[in-house]
Amino acid sequence: MPSGTMIGYAHVAKSFPGSDGARVRAVDGVSLDIAPAEFLAIVGSSGSGKSTLLRLTNRLIEADSGKITIEGKDVGDSDPVMLRRRMGYVFQSGGLFPHMSVADNIGITPRLLGTPPQQISSRVDELLELVRLDPTEHRHRLPHELSGGQRQRVGVARALAASPHIVLMDEPFGALDPLTRDGLGEDYRALHSKLGLTTVMITHDMTEAILLADRIAVMGGGKLLAQGTPAELAGSDDAYVTELLRTPRRQAERLSSLSGPDGAA
Amino acid sequence: MSPFGDPRVPEALGHLPDYLGNHVRVSLAALLLGLIVSLPLAILTRRHPLMRGALLAFASVVQTVPGLALLALFYPLLLAASALTLAWLGFSFSAFGFLPAMLALALYSMLPVLRNSITALNGIDAGLKEAAQGVGMTERQSLFMIELPLALPVIMAGIRTAAVWVIGTATLSTPIGQTSLGNYIFAGLQTQNWVFVLFGCVASAVLALAVDQLLGLIENGLRRRSRVRTALGGIGLAALLAATLVPSMARPVSSYAVGAKTFTEQYVLSALISDRLRDSGLAATTRAGLGSSVIFEALAASDVDVYVDYSGTLWANQFHHSDVRPREELLKELQRLLAKQDITLLGEIGFENAYALVMPRKRAEALGIRSIADLAARAPGLSIAGDYEFFSRPEWIGLRQAYGLSFRAQRQMQPDFMYAAVASGEVDVIAGYTSDGLIAKYDLVVLDDPRHAIPPYDAVLLLAPRRKDDERLKAALEPLLGRIDIATMREANLRASGNDATSSPDAVARWLWERIGKR
Repeated sequence: MPSGTMIGYAHVAKSFPGSDGARVRAVDGVSLDIAPAEFLAIVGSSGSGKSTLLRLTNRLIEADSGKITIEGKDVGDSDPVMLRRRMGYVFQSGGLFPHMSVADNIGITPRLLGTPPQQISSRVDELLELVRLDPTEHRHRLPHELSGGQRQRVGVARALAASPHIVLMDEPFGALDPLTRDGLGEDYRALHSKLGLTTVMITHDMTEAILLADRIAVMGGGKLLAQGTPAELAGSDDAYVTELLRTPRRQAERLSSLSGPDGAA
Repeated sequence: MSPFGDPRVPEALGHLPDYLGNHVRVSLAALLLGLIVSLPLAILTRRHPLMRGALLAFASVVQTVPGLALLALFYPLLLAASALTLAWLGFSFSAFGFLPAMLALALYSMLPVLRNSITALNGIDAGLKEAAQGVGMTERQSLFMIELPLALPVIMAGIRTAAVWVIGTATLSTPIGQTSLGNYIFAGLQTQNWVFVLFGCVASAVLALAVDQLLGLIENGLRRRSRVRTALGGIGLAALLAATLVPSMARPVSSYAVGAKTFTEQYVLSALISDRLRDSGLAATTRAGLGSSVIFEALAASDVDVYVDYSGTLWANQFHHSDVRPREELLKELQRLLAKQDITLLGEIGFENAYALVMPRKRAEALGIRSIADLAARAPGLSIAGDYEFFSRPEWIGLRQAYGLSFRAQRQMQPDFMYAAVASGEVDVIAGYTSDGLIAKYDLVVLDDPRHAIPPYDAVLLLAPRRKDDERLKAALEPLLGRIDIATMREANLRASGNDATSSPDAVARWLWERIGKR
């Protein structure tokens, strides 16, 4: 893994007006460095601030204080629209534009960047192959004609269309059935390695994080509670982290006990 | 007689290209203007809830104004604006017909378009808007590539509602001088030609339905993302527009506009004038159903070329005189006053159509009423009906002052209905017209005016300023001057008040020409 910092968060904070008038600190002084080609999963329950942190990265929302850098440069100094075009973003349940075909959805960012149509067209086919969808069968379909898993594959293809170095994923596989989810997760992990991407993925599922990510950051109440490889986290004495890790551990134990001593789990 | 054998049907059909073409033209222009204003407003206010609320409130208020009133309001408004532009910028424009009708209808079309556009744009899934931002769209790109296309079916539904409203309301633009399918309805109502009324209703309903269905097809196509439906709807709409607009465009441009006010006699006389012009090889179109002052202003602005007015009406209404002068003197003075505005008083037609207080002969005898002076003593126990303008006219004020008239109740009525109303005893007295044939028909009596409170009302031909040196026009109208006496006009009016095939204004005009042409 190359050394250095691809994405850096330094003392980042963001608060929103709450329902009772007081401000809620959604992200509260988070500092975190992500290395090039690293796959980082941010885990936390709803309201932990993980989605806010992701949105701050490509300036869908603006930080109140602190500094976010991409390859050493402050994101505050770059044009937010250009910043977003340089990063892939996979939305929860796809976020595909319902009135555009699969091909138009995938080609949207290159189109915004002014890439010639023919080049976009061949890029779309290439990307559909990459996410394992048959181009001739799928490129002219509308999003509502696809299954949930296919939609999310198109979402991944769209994020990769402009060849970004960074991909941000907001609970990308959350709404899928377990089987589709595992397949898609593994496929994406393979793409991540093959293309040398830096990926930040939000999830509330610790099992998914352990299976896909190089490193896991645990958030709660807007703060970064713990971070490290799955093995490092296992040694954490933070009560919340231990609680989060209990579920995958229990699942693994049950699985191995059910499939017997010589079960191939 | 079968409905297809009725000569009023081919007569109605003959007007169709003109009426329908004008109806479609003003509706289309109004709708387009409404869209050009409403859509950007909806887009601009999408992030400003306060402005959005104010805008919707304004459009709703406009909607509560009755269509006829809204149309009527634009006429004086534009008249004033035209006077201002003339004073400041050196040009004026016509406050009559197309412009006021289009503006009022455009205002009318705004509510459904605004409401649907605002609702649709607000209802776009926040996740999709974030996705648009996330893939790197600017606000503008997000609006045009994502939000508007997704809002389009709902916006289209609003346009559809607006189109139906505008087409329906456009029938009310006849009184401010815009030819429309309403011409059938207004003319039919005034002359009790129910074939015309029915024809106008059916034609505008069919037009509204056809447009509604075609826009519905487009809306459906957009909703289901079916290019075929959208294209079919578009082609159908274009075909409909072409079919309705092209025939009316073929009309000669330099045709003479013959005006008519809102009562039977005027319809007959305008038909008679049109016939005379055509016989002299001049093209004529009728602008019928115009209000008393609207038609005069239209003539002064040369939007109407010729019509018949009454000396007393001009004296009191246009020149605001309340004194009553002898007949000849009044005509001379009028001629002078009109000439100042470049309007030609070509001459008298021969009869007088004065306002008169009228009641059933038997009732008058029983009450011992012979003159308005006798009536004044009984008036507090009686009710009176007049046409829509009578009670706001200076003559009424003059009458009340001269005789101290004060009635128990006063009502406004469609002129052709008031005679039946007084004959049946529904009202006691009406302000009728001396040339009306119904006076004899219902055995009514015209009460004497011993104090000469009512000015003379000689029917006179007026020509627009731009026609003041038009010798062909004058020659064509010459045979009408001094030729129609009161008895002939009464008979013509009586014929026109019937409800059969021979009572259409055109048929009566031909009968009238037979009568006076032979002399």
